[in-house]
Amino acid sequence: MKLLRLIPSNTNFDFLRFKKIAFIFSAIIILGTFVSLLINNLNYGIDFKGGILLELRSNNSNNGNIDDLRNKVSTLNAGEVSIQNFGKETDFLVRIQKQDGDQKQQIAMIEKVKSVTNKDYNVRRSEFVGPVVGDELKTAGMLAVSLALLSIMVYIWFRFEWQFSIAAIVALTHDVLTTVGLFSILQLEFNLATIAAILTTAGYSINDTVVIFDRVRENLRRYKSKDHYFIYNKSVNETLSRTVITSVTTLIALFIIFFFGGAVLSDFALAMIWGVLIGTFSSIFVAVSLLTYFNINKGDKVEDQPNVPEYER
Amino acid sequence: MKSLSKIRIVLILFSVFLGLVYAAPNFFYSSLQNNSINLLPGKKINLGLDLKGGSYLLLKADMEVVFAEKLESLMSDIRSSLRKSKIGYKKLNVKEDFVSFQMRKGTSVEKIKSVILNIDKNLIVKNNIDIFQIEFSDANKQIITKTTMKQAIEIVRRRIDETGTNEPSIQQQGTDRIIVQLPGLDDPSRIKKLLGKTAKLNFQLVHPTISSEDINKDSKSPPGYIVLPEDKNFDRFYMVNKRVMVSGEMLKDASPTFDRNNSPSVSFQLSPLGGKKFGRVTGKHVGRAFAIVLDGKVVSAPVIQTQIFSTGQITGAFSVQETNDLALVLRSGALPAPMIILEERSVGPGLGSDSISSGKIASIIGLIAVMFFMLITYGIFGILANIALCCNIIFIIALLSMIQATLTLPGIAGIVLTMGMAVDANVLIFERIKEEFNAGRKIVDAIEAGFQRAISTIVDANLTTLFAALALFSFGSGPIKGFSVTLMIGIATSMFTAIIITKYLVLFYSKKKDINNILF
Repeated sequence: MKLLRLIPSNTNFDFLRFKKIAFIFSAIIILGTFVSLLINNLNYGIDFKGGILLELRSNNSNNGNIDDLRNKVSTLNAGEVSIQNFGKETDFLVRIQKQDGDQKQQIAMIEKVKSVTNKDYNVRRSEFVGPVVGDELKTAGMLAVSLALLSIMVYIWFRFEWQFSIAAIVALTHDVLTTVGLFSILQLEFNLATIAAILTTAGYSINDTVVIFDRVRENLRRYKSKDHYFIYNKSVNETLSRTVITSVTTLIALFIIFFFGGAVLSDFALAMIWGVLIGTFSSIFVAVSLLTYFNINKGDKVEDQPNVPEYER
Repeated sequence: MKSLSKIRIVLILFSVFLGLVYAAPNFFYSSLQNNSINLLPGKKINLGLDLKGGSYLLLKADMEVVFAEKLESLMSDIRSSLRKSKIGYKKLNVKEDFVSFQMRKGTSVEKIKSVILNIDKNLIVKNNIDIFQIEFSDANKQIITKTTMKQAIEIVRRRIDETGTNEPSIQQQGTDRIIVQLPGLDDPSRIKKLLGKTAKLNFQLVHPTISSEDINKDSKSPPGYIVLPEDKNFDRFYMVNKRVMVSGEMLKDASPTFDRNNSPSVSFQLSPLGGKKFGRVTGKHVGRAFAIVLDGKVVSAPVIQTQIFSTGQITGAFSVQETNDLALVLRSGALPAPMIILEERSVGPGLGSDSISSGKIASIIGLIAVMFFMLITYGIFGILANIALCCNIIFIIALLSMIQATLTLPGIAGIVLTMGMAVDANVLIFERIKEEFNAGRKIVDAIEAGFQRAISTIVDANLTTLFAALALFSFGSGPIKGFSVTLMIGIATSMFTAIIITKYLVLFYSKKKDINNILF
């Protein structure tokens, strides 16, 4: 059987030659993130800004359409209302801003929506998040992301040199920021699941970075007479096949969630698809490229031992 | 090259067997509940509310109201203590969050302080010459909150149990919050109504001469009286005596019924003590009206016709459902604090089962796709990795079932994602073997070296991912926590299967065959 070979063995690409272009690219998407955050902000879901969310399915596809639903809900004077299709033709998401007054008003509004729609629509899901909880979740979310970044940084610092730790954390922050940027630009709903997606992306990206760094560390010891530029490039090339194969298997899984996992998970999967792509990019072009700006110590001078593994020396 | 240790092989096979046994209930038992004839030791995975449908409510006890009430009773305690000790005082009243009074001349400040601290040694007593200010310390507030929450949870549980909801879960969260989970209940509006009432019932006399027609909400009340609104008609008010004749705590039972005019009402029975008290007061005030006050609103104000002892009826403009609910909340007792609903999430059974089926489809397609990809990329080694991947899935399901972690929809995504990422360890190993082989080693040596050298990378890479999962867990709320648990379990099992199981499979295979030709 002829096996599939995505990446030929013994590649020798000069990845670092593109580091300037890659930096410019990174700078543009990060700038884009900030500009979009300034202009569009994030489309916070009710998890974070509080409010009411109902998922409705029409009983009868002739009656149930978005205009009909909009007309019905608009009779309630609920303030800012957004209605959109959700996954299927017959499914709708109704989002309603937090109502003035105390929580009784919020609960009453859910009942009102149910009563105006109950003839033609079934309620599949109803959610209400108070503003207090929303703020708490927001704080907790930011805390979780910072905590994850910090603990990863400390771990890498202990396992590698501090320079690796800085390069990794910059790459990771880059991934987190641009994922947030993606949500801002596409105005996808930013909710609890998004935080989960971002943190998992961070986990994936750091995984990728660590694999390459591991090889860099090994090669630094192995090729003591070679310069850093050569070693970094060689390390990326040696791990390239693995990088691509793992990205592909993970992307396969994610695309399947995206297409078959239902509407609730599709944004989640999208965030992670982006995360895998940008994480792979940043491991090579941000993390490794940054290493070139440090002068990392190669340890004691010994002869090159290209083919002898570490444990036999 | 090390030979295959028999004991280890047995251990591995045994662990796979255990995994199969514990994962099995999830495949064999249909429907959502466990089969009663249970031949297998394990249970099914515990599905989250987003998958099996149900309601989640996050309640907060409004402690401010409780503190205000406690401050009122503190004031009366202070009054009686000062009287008992024969200490002169004036202007005793409750301000925002403290009780204050002015002492009369000729009393010692120290004595007053000791009298007050005798009520509760944790109170904070301040004085500015002759003006005293008494407030609750943090210790006081903590004790109040603790006892209030204990009662509140008990009452919430009683009220929910009475509705016949299946397997409700009621837990305290933090200091003043309660999480209520109601599986299978997709419309919690009745529960919310039941929890929305504190149901403090009081019987209080109405003023003998000032009738409702003469007053509005701004009317000045004579000393000892207070203006209360009617329950259904907010424009109607009663002048009600502040003294409570009988309170809801003296209620023994309450049930919905119909009154003489056949309109829905609630009949109640008082405890012996309450009956005695009620009889004494009603005997003294025949011909006068008394107000039935529920949560500060007058439900009705019947005139006392004859002396009433232990039983009576509450009539008002009720519907049948309202009398059912009123009887229920009266039976279960008053909530010590009003409950504020901070968060509510309800998922209907339709959405839940749709989510399960799309999750299943995604998992199966994901598994097949990843396995196919591994097969065409690594051939025989791909098959071995796929066997390890299947073991991995079995372990994940078994562990989730064993620890009874809650599987949520994001959790299913976590499993599918783990499939994609789990093969990473094998990819690392195989790529390393390929490298070593290409560098001129014999294949058996390349295998040994490949495993040995890839392990440190695998551990580093997985541990860092674990940190992200831990952060998710600590941040966790509901579905997200479920996701992080599956992710962590996936990391642990994939390291075991990808490193150990694959290694033994490869060693086993390489012993049987000359694999020099088929590799790579």
